[in-house]
Amino acid sequence: MSTLEIKDLHVSIETEQGVKEILKGVTLTINSGEIHAIMGPNGSGKSTLASTIAGHPRYNVTSGTITMDGENVLDMAVDERARAGLFLAMQYPVEVPGVTMTNFLRTAKTAIDGEAPKLRTWAKDVRSAMEKLKIDADFANRNVNEGFSGGEKKRVEILQLELFKPKFAVLDETDSGLDIDALRVVSDGVNRAQESNDMGTLLITHYTRILNYIKPDYVHVFVDGRVAEQGGPELADELEANGYDRFLAPAQA
Amino acid sequence: MTKSASAEQAEQVEGVEVGEARISIPGMSEEGENLATAHEETEHTHGGLGESTTKAQSGGSRADRTTSLSVADFAVPTGREEEWRFSPLKKLGRVLSDAATQTPVTIELRKSAEGVTHGELALAQSPRGTVFSAADRAAVVGYSQSAQADYIKVAADTELTEPVFIDITGEAAGHRANAHIVLEAEAHSKVVFVLEHRGSADANLNVEVIVRDGADVTVVSLQRWDGDAIHVGQQDAEIGRDAKYKHVSITLGGEVVRLNSNVRYAAEGGEASMYGLYFADAGQHLEHRSFVDHNSPRNSSNVLYKGALQGQDARTVWVGDVLIRKAAEGTDSYEKNQNLILTDGARADSIPNLEIETGLIEGAGHASSTGRFDENHLFYLMARGIPEKEARQLVVRGFLNEIVQAIGVDSIEDTIHQDLENELEIAGF
Repeated sequence: MSTLEIKDLHVSIETEQGVKEILKGVTLTINSGEIHAIMGPNGSGKSTLASTIAGHPRYNVTSGTITMDGENVLDMAVDERARAGLFLAMQYPVEVPGVTMTNFLRTAKTAIDGEAPKLRTWAKDVRSAMEKLKIDADFANRNVNEGFSGGEKKRVEILQLELFKPKFAVLDETDSGLDIDALRVVSDGVNRAQESNDMGTLLITHYTRILNYIKPDYVHVFVDGRVAEQGGPELADELEANGYDRFLAPAQA
Repeated sequence: MTKSASAEQAEQVEGVEVGEARISIPGMSEEGENLATAHEETEHTHGGLGESTTKAQSGGSRADRTTSLSVADFAVPTGREEEWRFSPLKKLGRVLSDAATQTPVTIELRKSAEGVTHGELALAQSPRGTVFSAADRAAVVGYSQSAQADYIKVAADTELTEPVFIDITGEAAGHRANAHIVLEAEAHSKVVFVLEHRGSADANLNVEVIVRDGADVTVVSLQRWDGDAIHVGQQDAEIGRDAKYKHVSITLGGEVVRLNSNVRYAAEGGEASMYGLYFADAGQHLEHRSFVDHNSPRNSSNVLYKGALQGQDARTVWVGDVLIRKAAEGTDSYEKNQNLILTDGARADSIPNLEIETGLIEGAGHASSTGRFDENHLFYLMARGIPEKEARQLVVRGFLNEIVQAIGVDSIEDTIHQDLENELEIAGF
């Protein structure tokens, strides 16, 4: 059993207009096996939280902590975080020209496990994971994300999630831009990873739609860089009915 | 646009900065249209029905450039000419003079193959000179000083499964060598020509490629010269109706290499792909110029040149001209150049020139970027647990690999991978 703990996290970025604070004191605890949905309007800082956990250099932590089982995550380089068991499914996966998926997946798996995967079982694992996610076998020979559609990129993120078996996954708007079939395929993949690895999941989304397929244990509403309210799955139902207006009104007053 | 921090007093000719103090990387040069600063890629698309854009740069329209087979039409360049201003003329002087061969390069077919003939063509003997027309001083003196050209022809309907390797070997460093090669692929033939340059010479080598109707021709020009070789050349092709032409220029060796790769169309339905890969080390000057002349309707072209630079005074130049003439309705074209600067002290110039004389085209775009590593690529790989050093290795190999993949001949790709590994070892990648 592992715990990812975020305490009073403040994060800023450099903009042309100067330093801008995006996260203004975020506190969250995620345990193995739990699914936390983070919902909120655009610009509330949801994606900043995701990128900060992964260690994107653009985001500057000014105060607060992120720890995993007591280890200081903020002290770790981007690759060390991944090897420690953190995974970020990106909102906009990056195209890496000239690097084939096969080469990339094997290199990453080797780095994460500290040893090369057994050739025969690995090839089989990759193939069967791709089949389940309805990814064409030919993708293995293509360059990482190059020329993939939005939906294909998201599926390939979940493919990695299933193959790398992280302790904690952060899904940054994985549902955006997916049609209903793709949404179901991707959600099934997340649920499989959740069940087989006792993974803790932070599911960041703007819409309640994905919560019909991935059932959260907790829902946190993000507004203006903070958690404005939290509760159980019923909170998502309320958002579905009423939208974010209730949370935005006081901020505008 | 950023100026080099150490910019010296800029030398000017008619208000245009010239000489070594010009704007340089990491902001890169300002010539041409729409260039990028480091890490940014400019992308730009023209096209769709009804839009008409005409662009002429400081050197005037590419359509007005002199082409001729007469030496008298080309003066010895001073360095101020648009087409020469990036080139190290002192070192090139020896290949720009109207001088005879001292020690010839040997030109050999590595293997004979059915349907392939190797003969000679005298100066005015057709088809020599039907496609080739010199566009600068280097090309014209090379042409006229090559009394006999090598003529390699693939018969109609021949489909070759193995590449035709043509070994071009410089036999004496510092000795002038002129040569002209005519490659002809008759109708509906399919062939990969590999011109492999090795050894050393002051080489002035021109190539003309005749792609007849329905033919599918790849020309791979491999510059694997010794470190003291000089190589100037113009490689012209004309693409027949519904024919395909792929030109791949891979330049790794040589002290100064300056190659012009030109394409035009004989009819409609032609497809041109022009790829280039260069890797400049300390002191090397590698210059590539491509020109796609969309002179007839409904043809397509795609140009992609990529370069890596490492070491003090490693220098590369890419100038990509695309001219879509008034008659070339239905043209679809794109060109891109990307340069990866691996160490301090290197300089890349990248100039896409796009001229469009008709609005009735499918598309025309160009992009150019020069910079260090793309941080987004590194982040993505590192976020998957791959250590930074390994991530950089993957990114740089991937960057170069994109062109190698385009060759489509495994045996050549393997040897180029090995060459690139040797290059990357120098800067510790």
